[in-house]
Amino acid sequence: MNNYFHKNEETHPLTWRINNYKESVSIGEYENKRGYLALKFALKNLSPNEVISIVKDSKLKGRGGGGFLTGEKWNLIPKKKNSCEDIYLLCNADEMEPGTYKDRFLMERLPHLLLEGIILSAYAIQASFSYIFLREEYYLSKTLLEKSILEAKKKKYIGKNILNSGFNLEIFIHTGAGRYICGEETALINSLEGKRPNPRTKPPFPSQSGLWNKPTCVNNVETLSNIPAIILNGSKWYKNISKNDDTGTKLMGFSGKVKKPGIWELPFGIKAREILEDYAGGMKDGYYLKAWLPGGSGTGILTESYLDISMDFKSVYLAGSRLGTGISIAIDNEINIVSLLFNIETFFARESCGWCTPCREGLPWSLKILQDLKNKIGKPGDIEMLEKICKNLDVGKTFCAFAPGAVSPLYNAIKYFREEFENGIDFNGPNIKNKIFGIQSNNLNSI
Amino acid sequence: MKIMLNKVEKKFVIEELKKYKNPEASVVESLKFVQKRLRWISLDVMNEISRIISVPVSKIESIATFYNHIFRKPVGKNIVKYCDGVVCYINGYKKIKNVISKHLKIKPGQTTKDNKFTLIPICCLGNCNNSPTIMINENLFSNVNITSSIDILERIK
Ligand code: SF4
Ligand code: FES
Repeated sequence: MNNYFHKNEETHPLTWRINNYKESVSIGEYENKRGYLALKFALKNLSPNEVISIVKDSKLKGRGGGGFLTGEKWNLIPKKKNSCEDIYLLCNADEMEPGTYKDRFLMERLPHLLLEGIILSAYAIQASFSYIFLREEYYLSKTLLEKSILEAKKKKYIGKNILNSGFNLEIFIHTGAGRYICGEETALINSLEGKRPNPRTKPPFPSQSGLWNKPTCVNNVETLSNIPAIILNGSKWYKNISKNDDTGTKLMGFSGKVKKPGIWELPFGIKAREILEDYAGGMKDGYYLKAWLPGGSGTGILTESYLDISMDFKSVYLAGSRLGTGISIAIDNEINIVSLLFNIETFFARESCGWCTPCREGLPWSLKILQDLKNKIGKPGDIEMLEKICKNLDVGKTFCAFAPGAVSPLYNAIKYFREEFENGIDFNGPNIKNKIFGIQSNNLNSI
Repeated sequence: MKIMLNKVEKKFVIEELKKYKNPEASVVESLKFVQKRLRWISLDVMNEISRIISVPVSKIESIATFYNHIFRKPVGKNIVKYCDGVVCYINGYKKIKNVISKHLKIKPGQTTKDNKFTLIPICCLGNCNNSPTIMINENLFSNVNITSSIDILERIK
C-alpha cells in the first residue's frame, strides 16, 4: 500500500488526527493527540516575534489561492505599542470557488485545529479580536465552530488572560450572505463593516488600515490550520516534508467523473497524475480525461498532457495556469468545452461585484458570445472578440484579481480547444460585421 | 398590514450591535435573523431596523440588495437550492434541476402556488466530491439523482 495513506503526525500535520468514522474530532480527542500543545508551548516560551520568525522561516504560503508568504504578511502588521490598540485577525472561511471543498472539510472535521491556529496567529500579530468570516451555507461548520469556541473558552484557550499569559483574544463567527467577492480580502473587510463588499484600493494595505481602520490580517482556513504543527515541530521539519520549494503539505484532490472523488493531504511536488490515478482511482469506466482545472474554476484549463506537472505554485504557473486552491477538477470526454466555459463564466458574471466596467460588462458579453457558440449560431469574429475580452480583463486591467481569474479558464480553453469554439460558428448566417465596420456584432441585439 | 419585528427580533438586533464597532456591521446578521421568521425583507422591516440601530434605510437597502441570501420578495416556506457549480455541471446538475422544476411546476427563481417551495440556483456548496448536490433550507443532500431528488422533496412538509 502506498505509504501516503498511512497518516502520521510527521507526514500529515493537517489530517493525521482525522478519524475514520467521519466525525468531527472532539476537544478531548484533539487534546489527546497533542492538540493545543503548540499553544501552551508558544504562550510559555515564545514571544510574538519569535512565533512570526518561525512561521517566516517555514516559508508557509497562503493556501487561499494567492500564495503570499504568511510570515511576511504577519510581519507587515505594525508592532503593538500599547495594549488598548486594536489589531484584527480575520479568518477567511468564505469558501465559494466552484470545485473547492477543502476549508469546509477542515472546519467540519478538525474545528479545534483551526481554532488553535487562529489563537496562535492572533498571538503572533497581537490581535485581540478575530472574526471567522464563514460562508452562509456552511451551516454544519457554523454549529461545530460555535460549539468548539465554547469548549475552548471553558479551557481558557480563548478569552481573557489565556492560560495566564496575559494575552486576550475573542473569536467571533460572522456568516456571509452569499457573495463570492467577499473572499477577496479587502471586500471581506468592507462586508464585515457592513459596507457593500467592493474591493478597496490598495494602498493603504489592510496590514496598515483594515477593519475599522485598524491593522488587519486576513488568512485562509487551511493556512491557519498549518500553524500549530509548525510551532510544535519547527520550520526545518516543515520544509522537509515537501518535495520542493513550496514547503509543507497541501490539501489536494480531484472531482468530476473520477472513481473516488475526494481530497488528500499531500506533499507539494506530487504529480497531478499521481493524485488522479493513485488517490482518485482514475477516471470512471467509459470516460477518459480530456482536460482539467488544477485548482478551482478560476484557474486556467489544462490538457491531459500537462498531468505530469508537479503540483506546486511555480510549476503550475509555468504551465500557464495557477495552483489556486489546489483542488483539481477532471473534465471528461463527454463534456463540450464551450458549454463548460458557459457554465464557468455564468458563475463569474453573476458574482462580479460590478465595480469596474471591464469586469461588469465584459463577462456578460463573453457569456452572450459563448451562448451563441454553444447554440451553433456564432458569427465569424466571435472567437477573436472573446480573446479580446480576455485581454481586457487580464491582470492589471481591473480593480481586483477576480476578473483575471474569471477569464483564465476561457483564455486557455480557446488556446487548447479552438476547434470546439470554431464549431459553434455559423458561416452562412448573417454577419453584421460585414455591414457596419468597426462594430462587433454582439453589441447589437438583433440583426 | 405592516410586518413588524417581534420582541425577540428587536432584542437580537440590539444585541448584535455589541459585536461590532459600527452599527452598519450588524445589518447582515440582523436581516438574516429576521428573515428566518418572515422569509423575506420588506421595506417596513428595513425601516424598523433602521430606526433601532440609527442607520439610514438607504444604507440598509444597499447592503440587503447586494447579497444573494437576503430576499427582497416573499419566498416559499422551503428554499430548494441546486448547485450549478462546475463539478455539478460535469456530473449533470441540469437533469436534477429539470426534474425538480417539473415536479414543483416552477422555474428557478419562482415559488410554488401553495408557497411551499422556492427554487433557486446556488454556486458550489463545497460538496463537489459528492456531486450533484442540492440543499433544502439548511440540509445538504449528496449524490442526488433524478429519483432521489423527488423522494427528498416529497418527504418535506
Ligand atoms: S474586477 Fe470585478 S469583482 Fe473585482 S472590483 Fe472589478 S468589478 Fe468588482
Ligand atoms: S460544484 Fe456542486 S458542490 Fe461543488
